[in-house]
Amino acid sequence: MWGRIEMKKGDAWFKAVTFGFALSIPFLLLILILILLIQSWSSISHFGFGFIFGNVWDPLADKFSALPFIYGTLVSSLIALAIAVPLGMGCAIYLSEISHSKVKEYIAVMVELLAAIPSVVYGLWGIFVLGPWLTRVIPGMKYGSCLLTGGVILAIMILPTITAISREVFQAVPNSLRESALALGATRWETFRLAVFGPALSGIVGAIILGLGRALGETMAVTMVIGNRPEISASLFEPSYTLASVIANEFAEATSSLNLSALIELALILLVLTIIVNGIARLLVWKTTLKYNPN
Amino acid sequence: MENNTEIQSKLRKIKERFFLAAVVLCALIAVVPLFSVIGYVFIKGISAVNLDFFTKLPVPVGDIGGGMGNAIVGTFILSGIACLVGLPVGIFGGIWLAQFGKGKRGFFIRYSADVLSSIPTIVIGIFAYVLLVATLKHFSAVAGGFALGIIMIPTVTRTTEEMVKMVPRNLYEAGLALGIPEWKVTLHIVFRTAWNGIFTGVMLSVARIMGETAPLIFTAFNTPYWSLRVDQPMASMTVTIYNYAISPFAEWHAQAWAGSLTLVFIVLSITLLVRKFSKRVVYT
Amino acid sequence: MIKKFLAVLISTALLSGAAFAATLNGAGATFPYPIYVKWNSIYSNKTGVQVNYQGIGSGGGIRQFSSGVVDFGGSDAPLTEAQIDAAGGDVLHIPTVMGAVVVSYNLQGVSGLKLDSDVLAGIFLGKIKNWNDPAVAALNPGENFPDKAILVAHRSDGSGTTSIFTDYLAKVSLKWASQVGAGTAVSWPAGVGGKGNAGVAGQIKVNDGAIGYVELSYAMTNNLSVAALKNKAGRYIVPTLDSTSAAADGAMASSKIKKMISSGDFRLNLNNAPGVDSYPIVGMTWILVHKNQKDAEKGRALVDYLKWILSDGQQYVSELLYAPLPSSVRSKVLNAVNGIKI
Repeated sequence: MWGRIEMKKGDAWFKAVTFGFALSIPFLLLILILILLIQSWSSISHFGFGFIFGNVWDPLADKFSALPFIYGTLVSSLIALAIAVPLGMGCAIYLSEISHSKVKEYIAVMVELLAAIPSVVYGLWGIFVLGPWLTRVIPGMKYGSCLLTGGVILAIMILPTITAISREVFQAVPNSLRESALALGATRWETFRLAVFGPALSGIVGAIILGLGRALGETMAVTMVIGNRPEISASLFEPSYTLASVIANEFAEATSSLNLSALIELALILLVLTIIVNGIARLLVWKTTLKYNPN
Repeated sequence: MENNTEIQSKLRKIKERFFLAAVVLCALIAVVPLFSVIGYVFIKGISAVNLDFFTKLPVPVGDIGGGMGNAIVGTFILSGIACLVGLPVGIFGGIWLAQFGKGKRGFFIRYSADVLSSIPTIVIGIFAYVLLVATLKHFSAVAGGFALGIIMIPTVTRTTEEMVKMVPRNLYEAGLALGIPEWKVTLHIVFRTAWNGIFTGVMLSVARIMGETAPLIFTAFNTPYWSLRVDQPMASMTVTIYNYAISPFAEWHAQAWAGSLTLVFIVLSITLLVRKFSKRVVYT
Repeated sequence: MIKKFLAVLISTALLSGAAFAATLNGAGATFPYPIYVKWNSIYSNKTGVQVNYQGIGSGGGIRQFSSGVVDFGGSDAPLTEAQIDAAGGDVLHIPTVMGAVVVSYNLQGVSGLKLDSDVLAGIFLGKIKNWNDPAVAALNPGENFPDKAILVAHRSDGSGTTSIFTDYLAKVSLKWASQVGAGTAVSWPAGVGGKGNAGVAGQIKVNDGAIGYVELSYAMTNNLSVAALKNKAGRYIVPTLDSTSAAADGAMASSKIKKMISSGDFRLNLNNAPGVDSYPIVGMTWILVHKNQKDAEKGRALVDYLKWILSDGQQYVSELLYAPLPSSVRSKVLNAVNGIKI
């Protein structure tokens, strides 16, 4: 009797402690938002909603607005996802479902190493290797510093996150599920589709959302290759600019307090953008999950 | 009738072929930039790596020798502080999400973690600056480590949650049936089983924070001297690499490349070491 | 656990302030970072005083200086009156070294490009779009210009280099002054932005037809081709350390600058200086200190350090490809340093 009460107590404590740690995440976010709000207040009150839809970024005239940066951020991240999701997933499937050789261990470690390379190194590699290569192979591309190069470099940078986490998720799917599919005579494709994909789906989405998060907020490497031009152009071969890049570019040197405040407002906009993008992603997932796991 | 099944089986074979080809192709394509980036760093960096590089202090342009010993030590200390901040929140938070986070509260916390992951690291740096530098009036390793710790949280939380969720339910139930309290089952059985996957997440995030520059410049600052004090400016490899990379001098560029190579090598060693000593659990 | 850990760390941090009085922290401009590192290393070997300077950017340096996080700041652009007020009103600008901003380009078949201020402004305004433009050819008789689009590369990060370069363009071109203006970050009418000298130099290196601006030292160590610019006296001058020093000497000859120096104001503008050998785009960088030092020990250490860099320290300047301060200015600056109240 007594033992059971003690046991329950332990469980309650465990739940409370873990919840405390979990709760600290939104708490941190809240303080961060508050600090950003305070620091960007002069810009918010000065420009109002016009800030979001304007096209001008002129530090000398103290005129600031966000639209070109929002555009550049969204499009470069979309390019990155369009490339990195299929590639990363394919790579993860290969590593966990297909290959059984020693080679795959090396590849898996190498993929993780990509995460350790400082972004300034990606940037230099982007200028000297990736940009010129893309200009050579893609007709119509005049110079390496453009939206497309920015998207491609982001894709490479989020590849480790998507591949490594998807691979772990696939491997965590119990073998018994695969075996029962194989026993029914399913091919490897059918086994994957029927037995692995469903249980792994929420984990895959988690990996993709983490990748997207990194793409939206990545700074140094994109800054070095995207051309940093606050203009909305329909062409992917023209220079563009992202929210994170302009913050990194100008934060250290901003002289007027309005400029500084506008930069912090951009950070706030990026935050809101993430909330929206993640919301949409979640909705999509929720629908697909229903399809695959009806109960 | 007969014809129909034949077509179907052919279709199945084609699908299977296509699937295998696509997957192998993906792996091949993914490996190309991998080799290109790592190869680029290796070629540029290997010439400046020698014993001095790991043991000596940085020297000015024109002086011979020198390395970034203090920055290598500093990066370890900063990552250690970051782990102290980020791992408890990430791992315990992830466990809570997996075990109890089905409802609205779980949704809210998961959402917060995702939003946190997309905040540019320079903004996290500004946050740490406002909290720990502007108030105390001096730069410190603690402020830098705190910023890095926040950057770790989303990845660690996410992986922990997913991996704990992946542990077969029957393992958990078997534990409970033996009369072991839920929290002990979670920590000793579920968490241990999930550890391999969680470790990948932890390694990814440690690798990532070791490569971060922007959040450190305004928090941990940097120093050309030996300093182990966490309440003082601390050197880090990335800030040193960044300073060198933007300078005009070839000697410093070489040091920057050597630093990048060392960083990759450190992460490689940690990954391989820990993988060697942690056994992979196979589910049956 | 974390809170406890932080509390311990923060309390040790508060207690330890006094023990580290012989350490000077400075932050700011990245342009003089290499020479400050050199000075600090030699000075600490000699005296045991540890000086730690980090290049976090001029704007960042000014903010850390005004909020009292660092003991001295570094800036490539002089402080505005508002910034001086924000820092407490008693800011002394100490010039340390000078440098030039060079126009670098990459164009196959052309090696000795010459430009005057109109054409340079035209290119960066996006008005002159192709290398075979007659305005370019007119300045370069004998050169054969290809039909190749000009790609302008500029700094995307705010920087003192941009400030010096745009200040020059605003001085020599009315159009530039009215359409763009001068500052550490401007709204560029044309081209692509690269982060830092390395970013701009990278754009120039990989793109045939590119033109941009970088620091002189960066162009020299990386063997970039540089354009000769037409100076005020009408001669085309190739950027070198000598032509940079010549520009400083030329500027010192003007009565306005003489007056500023004798009144102890060292926020000198050296762009478009007179003199036959002067290179036209030249600027200086400053250390910012308070005229009234609060902490006597730190104040004394700081004054000794500043005196050293203005005297013995200047001998190391040119090997790192900066131009030393003219001796006439140096003696006046030393007087000002002696006037710092401890």
